Amino acid sequence: MLSVWLPIKTIWWREIIRFVRQRSRLLSAILQPLIFWILIGSGLSASFKPPSTSSENTSYEQAYTEYFYPGIVVLVLLFTAIFATISVVNERREGFLQNVLVAPVPRWSIVLGQTLGGITLALLQGVLLLGIAPLIGIKVGLISLLTTGGVMILIAFGLTNLGLLIAWRMDSTQGFHAIMNLILIPIWLLSGAFFPLAGVPHWLAWVMKLNPVTYGLAAFRHSLYLDSHITFDEIPTMTISIIVCSVFSLLTYAGAVLTASTQQI
Amino acid sequence: MNKRIVVERLTHNYDKRCALDNINFSVASGEVFCLLGPNGSGKTTLFKILSTCISPTSGHVKILGFDLKTEKKAIRKLIGVVFQSPGLDIKLTVNENLRHQGHLYGLNGQNLNNRILEMLDRFDIADRRNDIVETLSGGLKRRVDLAKALLHKPSVLILDEPSTGLDIGVRNQLSQHLKELATQENIPILLTTHLLDEAEGCNRVGILDKGRLVAIGTPDQLKSEISGDVVIIESGECETLQNAIQDRYHVQVVAAENNLRIETANAHEFLREVVTAYPKMIKAARFGKPTLADVFIKMTGKTFD
Repeated sequence: MLSVWLPIKTIWWREIIRFVRQRSRLLSAILQPLIFWILIGSGLSASFKPPSTSSENTSYEQAYTEYFYPGIVVLVLLFTAIFATISVVNERREGFLQNVLVAPVPRWSIVLGQTLGGITLALLQGVLLLGIAPLIGIKVGLISLLTTGGVMILIAFGLTNLGLLIAWRMDSTQGFHAIMNLILIPIWLLSGAFFPLAGVPHWLAWVMKLNPVTYGLAAFRHSLYLDSHITFDEIPTMTISIIVCSVFSLLTYAGAVLTASTQQI
Repeated sequence: MNKRIVVERLTHNYDKRCALDNINFSVASGEVFCLLGPNGSGKTTLFKILSTCISPTSGHVKILGFDLKTEKKAIRKLIGVVFQSPGLDIKLTVNENLRHQGHLYGLNGQNLNNRILEMLDRFDIADRRNDIVETLSGGLKRRVDLAKALLHKPSVLILDEPSTGLDIGVRNQLSQHLKELATQENIPILLTTHLLDEAEGCNRVGILDKGRLVAIGTPDQLKSEISGDVVIIESGECETLQNAIQDRYHVQVVAAENNLRIETANAHEFLREVVTAYPKMIKAARFGKPTLADVFIKMTGKTFD
């Protein structure tokens, strides 16, 4: 048993140490979304029409900064996943990862170690960002904290695996950046992070419904407001969201392992 | 003979381009075997196949009796691999890099600590163990890389251009170290290089050109293929001079760039005659004992670069 977990643990541990030694990563993964939040949140506040919610307090209405906040947390998770996986692109062709690949370690455990590293870092930064929630009037109690923690792990699992799935195929970081702009940022934009599903054109609503990140964000939104007893009617339910997220995570993990196993060094 | 690496009829194609063409050789315990070839000769492809990175198109490779096609996992446990670019995480310390490697090979606890200490000692890097790798020089990084590759006591060591980026002093040290390692541990060591002096220092050399193994033997055996000495004449009119010498002395003259190359038993007399006969066509001339570069020219008809 030890021999199976030892490589996974050591690969996970390396991700953490690398992160700690590259402080700019922490800054860029958290600061950039925060700046987005402040600038875009403030800019769009006046023209934002909040989606309908059900609350014990019927006068409850969300400001845009509050609406946008869960999206920003998911963006931090996305950025963390991207930063955690981009090193695969460089290290696979020359350097560190080559040595890992010729070691007697199955590829599924290499991918799992990398994913667990990504999840840990994402969770760390996500929880750090949760500290802002009370400042904008969201009540985060123990139930919300634990549930959002679980949901963040699930989202980070899916996003890190998606990042790995792409990174294991890439020959250059330029290529990875292109994919990031073409796929990763749009799936975040179209997840309900930036604007609600209600009121968008029919075709766009379909794109958003087919986007797995929509369900991650919905699960996060539901869990964040558990202690405030506010429910959202126009986004997927908690149960459906968790199911979609779990399926997405497993599929991307399987995809990442398959890619890592078939790619030649 | 104690053959630990056996390569038979090995061929590898990238799409339609043939990178390796019917390669056959073997390496025994205790010997340092070198694959010498210019860039694009196929030596890195051969290294990648032997280090289990890629599977060959056809042919057979056996390492320590295990078949490379069907028993990759068993082979991976037993080989130590050093890639051309140091396989170190530059953000980690020397010690952390070694621990990471140990864990990948199932080493842990006191056993791993002892092995790390042994390796740090052997490569004389114990005082740098807590330094972040990016602060080390190229030579030191290479030593850490070697320590890492030997941590799990591999039974075979395979290296791809290990002297890349090292100055000549460090290169000689490395060469010496590999030879000691092969004899002390009684393991076969296979390395690739494009440096003639590095190849001279190995027990046996295989010369690769355009994916074919054109010669194989000890450096002395290879050089003894050349009868006598080698005369090199630099000329501005290579072709005319080449024909003239061939017609007059009935010897084979190989032209490569601006040089003519002739093998002959009595080099000093031959050179005197040629210089006297064609003084205006000769810019410079010399003769000497054959080197591996001469062997390469003889085998391929072109200079080694």
